[in-house]
Amino acid sequence: MFRIERKILSGNEAVARGAWEGGCHFAAAYPGTPSTEILENIIKYPEIYTEWSVNEKVALEVCAGASFVGARAITAMKHVGLNVAADPMFTLGYTGVTGGLVIVTCDDPGMWSSQNEQDNRHYARHAKIPLLEPSDSNEAKIFTKLAFELSEEFDTVFLLRLTTRISHSSGIVELGTRKEIPIKGYVKNIRKRLVLPAHARILHQVVEERLKKLADYSEDFPYNRIEWGEKNLGIISSGIAYMYAKEVFPGASFLKLSFTYPLPRNLIKRFAREVKKLLVIEEGDPILEQEIKAMGIKVIGKDKIPLCGELDPTVIKKSFNKKIYKPQMELKDVPERPPVLCPGCPERGVFYVINKLKLTATGDIGCYTLGALPPLNAMDTCICMGASVTNAHGMEKALGKELSKKLVAIIGDSTFFHMGITGLINAVYNKGNLNLIILDNLTTAMTGHQPHPGTGRLARGEEGKRILPEDVARGCGVEFVRVVDPLDLKQTEQAIKDAINFEGVTVLVFRSPCIFLKKPKPYLAVDPEKCNGCKLCLRLGCPAITLKKIESKEKPVAYIEPTLCNGCDLCLQLCQHDAIESSKNE
Amino acid sequence: MKSKKKAIESSNNKITSIIICGVGGQGILLSSDILCTAAFLAGYDVKKSEIHGMAQRGGSVITHARFGKKVYSPLVEEGGADFILAFEKLEALRYSYFLRNNGTIIVNELQLPPTSVLAGERDYPANIIETLKKFANVDVIPAQEIALKLGNVRVANVVLLGSIARYLKFPEELWTEAIKENVKPQYLDLNIRAFKQGLSIP
Repeated sequence: MFRIERKILSGNEAVARGAWEGGCHFAAAYPGTPSTEILENIIKYPEIYTEWSVNEKVALEVCAGASFVGARAITAMKHVGLNVAADPMFTLGYTGVTGGLVIVTCDDPGMWSSQNEQDNRHYARHAKIPLLEPSDSNEAKIFTKLAFELSEEFDTVFLLRLTTRISHSSGIVELGTRKEIPIKGYVKNIRKRLVLPAHARILHQVVEERLKKLADYSEDFPYNRIEWGEKNLGIISSGIAYMYAKEVFPGASFLKLSFTYPLPRNLIKRFAREVKKLLVIEEGDPILEQEIKAMGIKVIGKDKIPLCGELDPTVIKKSFNKKIYKPQMELKDVPERPPVLCPGCPERGVFYVINKLKLTATGDIGCYTLGALPPLNAMDTCICMGASVTNAHGMEKALGKELSKKLVAIIGDSTFFHMGITGLINAVYNKGNLNLIILDNLTTAMTGHQPHPGTGRLARGEEGKRILPEDVARGCGVEFVRVVDPLDLKQTEQAIKDAINFEGVTVLVFRSPCIFLKKPKPYLAVDPEKCNGCKLCLRLGCPAITLKKIESKEKPVAYIEPTLCNGCDLCLQLCQHDAIESSKNE
Repeated sequence: MKSKKKAIESSNNKITSIIICGVGGQGILLSSDILCTAAFLAGYDVKKSEIHGMAQRGGSVITHARFGKKVYSPLVEEGGADFILAFEKLEALRYSYFLRNNGTIIVNELQLPPTSVLAGERDYPANIIETLKKFANVDVIPAQEIALKLGNVRVANVVLLGSIARYLKFPEELWTEAIKENVKPQYLDLNIRAFKQGLSIP
């Protein structure tokens, strides 16, 4: 008997599976929460060429190259990554594809791991490319597979939009087999791929015609469907919001939209005519709502449902004054537990010194952004990938070079390769006095330890060509370049002092592996008799160091939790009373 | 993986909602994976939601898991959880508003002070267990102790999983299969022993 194989997959795993089943040949991405596991899972399918590209623009452009020669290609990125890749995306919207080309954007409503809450459904309209929005893992797989076929059929890039609660939720997926598609090969076509104004003017007209055809297709798309229930309440919804709405309003009629640009306007009109009251329940911006209102249809939407933050069943219930559970106990006095820099993190010493020297520090994106939190307080700004470098240059140029004696820019190794290098060249070229600190922990730590050019390893673990940040800096014309061990506090402080006092651009590479990449050293211990409770070690903000009350002393003394300590020795170097020692000496 | 679809055909569409919470690094994601695999093998529709990235760095972590005949939302609503499985006491308190009336909180006998407490700015709440007992069935599990006796404190997560399995009534062989699906072969034996220890808590 034929049996469909089923498996629990996350939305991201399902996209990877859909790419494989859909005959995808080529995948490139830069890691970013919540999108990272898409490429990490595609890596498991040997039929697909995969690479970690240095940034999202590069990833999309190499995928476009693969499409030019007729290969099916996919790239995946977090929502803000699509800002970086927006330049090629808009023009690829004109050129169309040869091999199917799919861009996956993973938005982060609620900003669980992001700097903003942008709703990338806007990009579909802006770049004039079709948009698919799955509501669960099974649809994520089906839509990915379908997107390759539709991309080729309609000659357009497809945008597939997930959100954190799709990417990182799991559900049951029906598995299929891989459809092998031959790579078509390269055929020169400059009217299609060389966007001289003369060509682009024609392509723009092609785009507008294509959108009409896509709108027709959207009317019949099987996953844009009406589910009739009671007709006094109709709900139009898409993505994860559909799932929440189904639970809150189990009896209502639903128009579940999945192909959400261009919208199936006739289907929407038909549904609206049949129901008495119409709600649009969508997470983020009122995109469906505005378009439906512009069609002259009366709907209730963001006047009731919050625009900021994530939706969930409770939020939707509250929006419509439905009965919600009242906690039997008021929760106050529950101390927060924010994320912290790991015990033994090699970046901690650098932040300690920056705080100690009272420097202003422009910051960047990565786990090291946590250096901004007390007690380290070692970061003043964080805007987007690479902005540490350029923000510092702008501050110095606007305020004068005296500022550079108190100003550093802090960037991680992977972020430096992503978008730091152009800013560095800019500072050297414009005779700046930038002091750049590269925190090189030899991995892309926050997203789960992906390799990058500085590691010399490739996506599948094979050896690539290693490119060192200090060599890049020298190549960019930086005269002051030094590599320092950040676990040596004295050396770290001296290097930072030398750099800020140097006239011209400086680059310090603080190199020490992320604690997840090495064996921990023996843990440290405090001798409570020697400790006088001065709390200097607490200024490191290490989660392993706490205060403890002992009988023989009035003031509490320091205590190091052995299960957390990684033996980085920073507190030992800091202690003025020789009260901290390594457990290996016991 | 074959699921036993027949098992639920006779049952109604009661959805079981579980919140699993604790501190980043305690193995919460693995436990919720095993739990959902077991529910899937028992023939249920399953949804799970978790958070990766920044929040995992020693921060508060919460996973939602739901199973039944047909599950839409991967998120549990406030006051909608049948069970809370808390890997740490403060986290049990933090997410207690998810528990339904007469729900059960299974809580690890473990106290991990957050940074504000370490720095002496805040106090770790006193008498958490007594507070929770005022409105919930509370089941305190010494998972660290049990795991240490097994030789590896890191399997406290699977001890806790065993302790919630006492309430879920899936056949034991489904759990074993679910553990096998999610754990590296070299750690399988240890994890199964940890699970059995949790399961046999009276």
